[in-house]
Amino acid sequence: MVTYIIRRVIGALAMLLIVSIVTFGIFFLVPRLAGATPEAFAARYVGRGASMDTIKLVAERLGFYDPVIVQYGRFLKGIVLGTEYNTGAGVEHCPAPCFGYSFINQQPVWPSLMDRSRVTLSLGIGAAVLWLLGGVATGVLSALRRGSFFDRAAMGIALAGVSLPIFFTGMISLSVFSYGLGWTAPGGAWVDVTIDPLQWAYNLLLPWITLALLFAATYARLTRAGMLETMGEDYIRTARAKGLLERRVVVKHGLRAALTPIVTVFGLDFGLLLGGAVLTETTFSLNGLGKFSVDAIKNNDLPAVMGVTLLAALFVVVANLVVDLLYAVVDPRVRLS
Amino acid sequence: MRRKALTTATAGLTLAMALAACAGTPTQTPGQGQSAPASSGASGAAEVADAAVGKIYNPSDKKGGTLKMANTADWDSLDPGNTYYGYALNFARLYGRSLLMFKSAPGPDGNTLVPDLAESLGKSSDDAKTWTYKLRSGIKFEDGTPVTSKDVAYAVARQFDKEVHPNGPSYLNALLDWPKGYKGAYKSKDADISSAVETPDDSTIVFHLKEPFGLFDYIVQMPMTMPVPKDKDTGTKYQEHIISTGPYKFEKNEIGKGFTMVRNENWDPATDPNRPALPDRIEVQTGVNADDLDNRLISGDVQIAVDGLGIGNAALPKVLPDPALKARTDNPVQQRTWYTSIIPDVPPLDNVECRRAIAFAADRSSLFRAYGGETGGITASAMIPPSLAGHKEIDLYKSPDDKGDVEKAKAALAKCGQPNGFETNISYRTERTKEKAAAESLQQSLARVGIKLTLKPYPQDDYFALYAGKPSYVKENKIGLAINGWGSDYPDTYGFMQAIMDSRDIREAGNYNLSVKFPEIDKIIDQIKAEPDAAKRAELWSQIDHMVIDQAVVMPSVYGKALYMRGKGLTNVFISDSQQMYDYVGLGVQQ
Repeated sequence: MVTYIIRRVIGALAMLLIVSIVTFGIFFLVPRLAGATPEAFAARYVGRGASMDTIKLVAERLGFYDPVIVQYGRFLKGIVLGTEYNTGAGVEHCPAPCFGYSFINQQPVWPSLMDRSRVTLSLGIGAAVLWLLGGVATGVLSALRRGSFFDRAAMGIALAGVSLPIFFTGMISLSVFSYGLGWTAPGGAWVDVTIDPLQWAYNLLLPWITLALLFAATYARLTRAGMLETMGEDYIRTARAKGLLERRVVVKHGLRAALTPIVTVFGLDFGLLLGGAVLTETTFSLNGLGKFSVDAIKNNDLPAVMGVTLLAALFVVVANLVVDLLYAVVDPRVRLS
Repeated sequence: MRRKALTTATAGLTLAMALAACAGTPTQTPGQGQSAPASSGASGAAEVADAAVGKIYNPSDKKGGTLKMANTADWDSLDPGNTYYGYALNFARLYGRSLLMFKSAPGPDGNTLVPDLAESLGKSSDDAKTWTYKLRSGIKFEDGTPVTSKDVAYAVARQFDKEVHPNGPSYLNALLDWPKGYKGAYKSKDADISSAVETPDDSTIVFHLKEPFGLFDYIVQMPMTMPVPKDKDTGTKYQEHIISTGPYKFEKNEIGKGFTMVRNENWDPATDPNRPALPDRIEVQTGVNADDLDNRLISGDVQIAVDGLGIGNAALPKVLPDPALKARTDNPVQQRTWYTSIIPDVPPLDNVECRRAIAFAADRSSLFRAYGGETGGITASAMIPPSLAGHKEIDLYKSPDDKGDVEKAKAALAKCGQPNGFETNISYRTERTKEKAAAESLQQSLARVGIKLTLKPYPQDDYFALYAGKPSYVKENKIGLAINGWGSDYPDTYGFMQAIMDSRDIREAGNYNLSVKFPEIDKIIDQIKAEPDAAKRAELWSQIDHMVIDQAVVMPSVYGKALYMRGKGLTNVFISDSQQMYDYVGLGVQQ
C-alpha cells in the first residue's frame, strides 16, 4: 500500500512538471515562435500612451529579454527555493512556494491563490454535498419507481440540468430569487465561514444550487442506471428471499454496488470543479479561483495563469489519487493486498 | 475582459505627443446606477431622464451613510503615481489632493480648473517655461503629518520611474527639464532635480519645463501631483497602503477584490472648498460580472458602477422600454467623435474630389442609426465635439434628410475622373458591432454612386499596431477607409485634436491618424501652442476642423453619447463635463 502511494505521488509530481512546461510553453514560447518580441509582451503591462522607453524598462523588469528556458528555470526555482522581488523602494523576499508576482497588479500569486481557494472550496464542497445527496437520492427513487411520474419528471429535470449552462441558470435564478423576490443574496455576496457560518451558507445558497444542478443531473441518471442494473441481480433476489428489510436491500446491497462508478465520476468531477467554478464564480461575481483564472487569462497575467493552472492540476491529481484509494473501501474486489 | 475602456494614445517623448487622447469603445458596456422608483427621499427629487445632465439631481448637503460602488474590472492601480483610467482619475480625488483639480460641478462648469492643494492656479513665467504653485497651509496626511511641497516633489520624482510605475501618464517626464540620465526617485536617490522641480520652501513648488507649455495647469490636476510621504513609499506596494490627503482613507484594501474607505479625521474641510465629502463610508467591490452589476444597480444593491462606461448592451432592452427605468437614466453627449478616416495614400483617394464623393454619398441618417440612434450619439458634421472650445457645425456636405446627395457625389466623381465609381476597402474593429454596422451602412450608401466597398474587419487589440494604424499595411492592402473613434483625455481641444491632427506624430505603426497629413495644419498647431489667448486658440482649432472636413480626409458620423443610470438612494448626482461620467466627489447618500 505504501509503495503504491509513493509510486502515485511520484507520478503526480511528474505530471505537474509536464503541465507546468506545457503551460509555460503556450504562454512564453509559442508567441515567440510566432514572432512576438519582448517589447510586444511587455506592451500589455503598461498604461496607455506608454513610450517605447517605458515598454523596454518593463520588459527588462519582467525578464522578457532572457531565453525562454532561463525564464522557466527562474519560475521553477521560485517555486522550490523562493525568490527576491524588487518593489522599487526595496527588495522583498517571496518565500517558497513562490509563483511570482502578478504582471498586472504586482501582488504575489501564491497568497492570492490560497486566499481565493477558500471561496472555491466553499463553493465546491457545498455544491458537491448538494449534488451528491440530491443526485443519488433522485437516482435511487427513480430506479425504484421506474416509469412512474416521479421518474419521468426527475429525469426530465435532470436532462434540463445537464443541458442548461450555468451562466443561464445563474443569471435567471439571480434575477428571480435575489433581485425579484429578495429571498437569496445578490451576486458578489461573500463572508468567510469562520466569521459567520449562517451568513456564509445564505450567501452561497444560490451558487451552490446552480452549480449542483449541473452535476446532480448526471449523478441522478448514473445512479438510476446503476440501481436498475443491480436491483435485477440474483443476489438482490437472494437478499429479499432471506427476508431482509427492503430498505436494507436497497441501501446495503443495491446502492453499495451501484456506488463504485459514482465515486469514480465524483473524484474526476471534484477535481475538475474549477471548470464549473469558472462559470459559477463569474456569474455570481465570487472572487474564487475560477474567476481568478478567467481574469488572469484575459489580462495575460502569466504568473497568475501558471499558478492557477498548476493548482488546478494538483487538485485533479490529488482527487484521482483519493478516488483510487477510496475504491478499496467501496469495492472489496479491488482491495490491495 | 479587463475592458480596454480607453484604448490609448500616443504620449511619447515629444511635448506634442504627451497630450494624448484616446479612442474609445462604441459597444458600451456595463452600467451605472439607478434610483428608487418613488423613494428618492425627503427631498422628493423627481425621476426624470437626464436629470443629472447639466444640473444636480436630488441636491443635498446631508452627511452620512454608506456609498456602495462596484467595478466590472479592477483599477490599473490605486497608486496616484501609477494610474490613468478615466474613472480612476475621477475617483482618486476622494483620497488624494493634487495641486489643482476640476471643479466638482455639473455640465460645463465641471470643466473649470480650481486650486486644490495649491492656493491658486499656477503662476507662469512670461515664457510659460516656469510654473510656480503655493500650497495652502494646514493640509495634513491621514497620520497627521503636515503636507509640504517636498512631498509633492517626491511624488513627481517617484512616478518618473516607469519601470516601477508604468501605468501613469508620462506628461511630467516629457515636459520637465530633468537632469541627464535621471532615473527617478528610487534609482537616482540623491540626484539633484532642481532643473525640473524646486521647493524653495515648504509651501512652494516650482516646475521648470523644457519648452513653453501654456496648458501646464491641466497636467498638474492629474493624480501624479498628489503628495506621497517619502518614508511611507513602498514602491509597487504603495497601492496597498496609500497615505490619504483627501476626505477618505482606506480602511481595508484587498487588491483584486475591493476596498472600503472611511473618513480621514485629518482632512480639514476648512482647507478644502471643493469636496462636500457627504458619505461616511465608501464600499467598493471590484471584478463584478457586468450583467450582474446592471441588475444590482436596478435592484439597489449597488449605487454606482465605477467604470463609468454606461449601461451594458444586455440591460438596454430592459431599461429603454420601461418608463420607470428610463426616467433614471442620463444620456449625456461625450467628448468623443466616431468618424471614418478617408486615407489619401490609397488611390484614387489621393484626389480630393474622389474623397468628397464619399462625403457626399454617405447616408448620415443611416450612420446615426448604426451608432445606436438616439442613445448612441448625435449626428456630427465636425470633428470637435460640442462641449469643446472651437466646436462649429460644418455643413459642407449637407443633404435632404441627411440621406446623402447622390447628384453631388456623382459630379465629384466625374471631376475626379472616375465617373463610374471605384473600388476600395473599409476597415473596422471586429468586436465592435456598431463599427460593423457603420461600415455596412457606408457600403450600401456608396454603392449608389458606384463606389464599391469591401469590408475588412480586424481584431481590436491589434487594429492600430498591425492594421489600420500601420501606413505600410494600409497602402499594401488598399484600406481606403478606416472606421475610427476618438475621445479627449482632458477637456481641452488640444487634448482632443492634437494627436489625430498632427502629421509629425505619424510613425511606422500604432497610429490613430493616417489620413490627416497637412504641413499647414502642423504649423497652425505650433501657433496654437504658443497662443496665450483661449479664444484665439479655439478659432484656430475651428480652422483646422474646417480644413480636414473640406479636404474630406475625415468624415465625422456622430458625437458619442453614453447611457448611465442614477444609483438608488443617491443625492447630489451630476455628470460633469471634465469627468464625462458621474462626479464621484459630489455624490451623497440619502439619509
